[in-house]
Amino acid sequence: MNFFIISLIKTGIVAGAFMTTLAYLQWIERKVLAHIQSRLGPYRVGPHGLLQPLADVVKLLTKEGFVPSHVNHFFYILAPFLAVFFALISICLIPFGPSVEIFGVRTDLGLADINVGVLFVLAISSVGVYGIALGGWASNNKYSLMGGLRSSAQMISYELPMAIALVSPLLLLNDLSLRTIVNEQAGYYLGVIPRWSIFQMPFPQVFSFLIFLISAFAETNRVPFDLPEAENELVAGFHTEYSSLNFAAFFMAEYANMITVTCMATVLFLGGWHPLWPAEYGSDFVPVLLMLGGSAVLLFHGVMQPLKGRPWDRLTMPAAGLAFGAIALVFLVPVLKPILMPVFWFVAKAGVLLFIFIWIRGTLPRFRYDQLMNFTWKFLFPAAIVNLLITAFAVALQGPKN
Amino acid sequence: MDLILFIIFATIAVACGISLVVQKHPIGSALSLIGVMGSLAVLYLLLGAEFIAAVQLIVYAGAIMVLFVFVIMLLNAGEEANKGRSWPSRLLGIPLLTVFLGLLAYLLQRMAPSMGTVTFGAFNVGAKEIGRSLFNHYLLPFEVTSVLVLIAILGAIVLARKEID
Repeated sequence: MNFFIISLIKTGIVAGAFMTTLAYLQWIERKVLAHIQSRLGPYRVGPHGLLQPLADVVKLLTKEGFVPSHVNHFFYILAPFLAVFFALISICLIPFGPSVEIFGVRTDLGLADINVGVLFVLAISSVGVYGIALGGWASNNKYSLMGGLRSSAQMISYELPMAIALVSPLLLLNDLSLRTIVNEQAGYYLGVIPRWSIFQMPFPQVFSFLIFLISAFAETNRVPFDLPEAENELVAGFHTEYSSLNFAAFFMAEYANMITVTCMATVLFLGGWHPLWPAEYGSDFVPVLLMLGGSAVLLFHGVMQPLKGRPWDRLTMPAAGLAFGAIALVFLVPVLKPILMPVFWFVAKAGVLLFIFIWIRGTLPRFRYDQLMNFTWKFLFPAAIVNLLITAFAVALQGPKN
Repeated sequence: MDLILFIIFATIAVACGISLVVQKHPIGSALSLIGVMGSLAVLYLLLGAEFIAAVQLIVYAGAIMVLFVFVIMLLNAGEEANKGRSWPSRLLGIPLLTVFLGLLAYLLQRMAPSMGTVTFGAFNVGAKEIGRSLFNHYLLPFEVTSVLVLIAILGAIVLARKEID
């Protein structure tokens, strides 16, 4: 019974954190894009537009769920459900931290650990295309159909280099369970260089990491590979005919896929929750210093140098600064440290990758469709195979591990 | 718990299988087939064969059926027209079906006691053991199969290639 209660609590926490991240990822994306393009981004709803996600959700909820005529009703309704279901399910396999003791109860940070975790995530991501493809097909719209077709072709094609890029670190790490994979990446070379798979000998997996990341952009239909919803060609692609919550489901699925993919990259290539350098050299103080730095900047700008025309900054910025300082102090509490540190490092790595996703969206233009296909079949796929061969060769030369 | 899950997913599999035959629209049939494969994967999982379950999902539901759905969408296949059955099929169909079902039931009844039963979680082998036996014990069949697949790919390319004049 104990197991069920703990699992229920963990599921609640992860689901809540995941949903909040989904909502705020969109806010962060709009803000980052805005600053890349010298704009302000969402600013009106709440301080610095912080309540914008809430407003968006309310707007989408209260909109009329419009069903166009001559659509295939069953599949039209089913498609967004499928999309969001397959997008949300993978998060239950991601390990966020080692097993810790909370109030005398020992438990893993993470929901489930199955011994073919990597394969399961691959399976879910390959089934995830149905939502988009069906949505495009059922809408009874040529543009939507084109979007659905493009997305299924693109996802089948990019699945290959992605899967092969995944195999190379697996050769080094010797297991399919995500928790064991992270545990295999513990430790440091020469006491400083972490044994993450992108640094791990005998063959560091930098290339397969890059291939994985590029394929991940295509798998999640993000710029520069967002051909399924290319606005200048296909109106809005596969979700042209959707409105209200159905549209929100597709939107949510995209962001959930993004988070899952970055978590997978973190687990497989960036060593999961292991810090960048050992705790002896003070990696435990990184979050404290980061938060204190942010707090200092906010306090300075709020109290000493308020901008003209933004009167509320005098109030909101010092308040946010104090909140940051309080978070910094939380990281210093010795009881919470073994729980918070791994989660911090995991979230930091995933967050950096998410920022790269957004950054690239603000930087690169969209590919042409034939370029997209040529790129994966003629460059990415052979590169992944060559990388796999070299890795296999290096591992074989090294001999069996212990 | 295992038994309840088995009954649920076996029912889903059978229901999807019937719906696969009955559905008028090709997309509906394809999706029912995906349902069959998904519930089969769960049944494998109940037997403890996680690797086979994951591969079932990746290969069948994730790759082959996506291709099927893609082709159906690309050709924009419409609903099947109900042409009505010809008289020999009506005359022979029902007796033949009865005979077939009877034969199946008889054989199952004859064979079942001698085969023994399978328990849940019986095939609990990891991916490691499967890989080992695939590359040690069954190396030749494995390689021959891969050559077969390669030949099929070559054939497809030859058939699909434009004639070069």
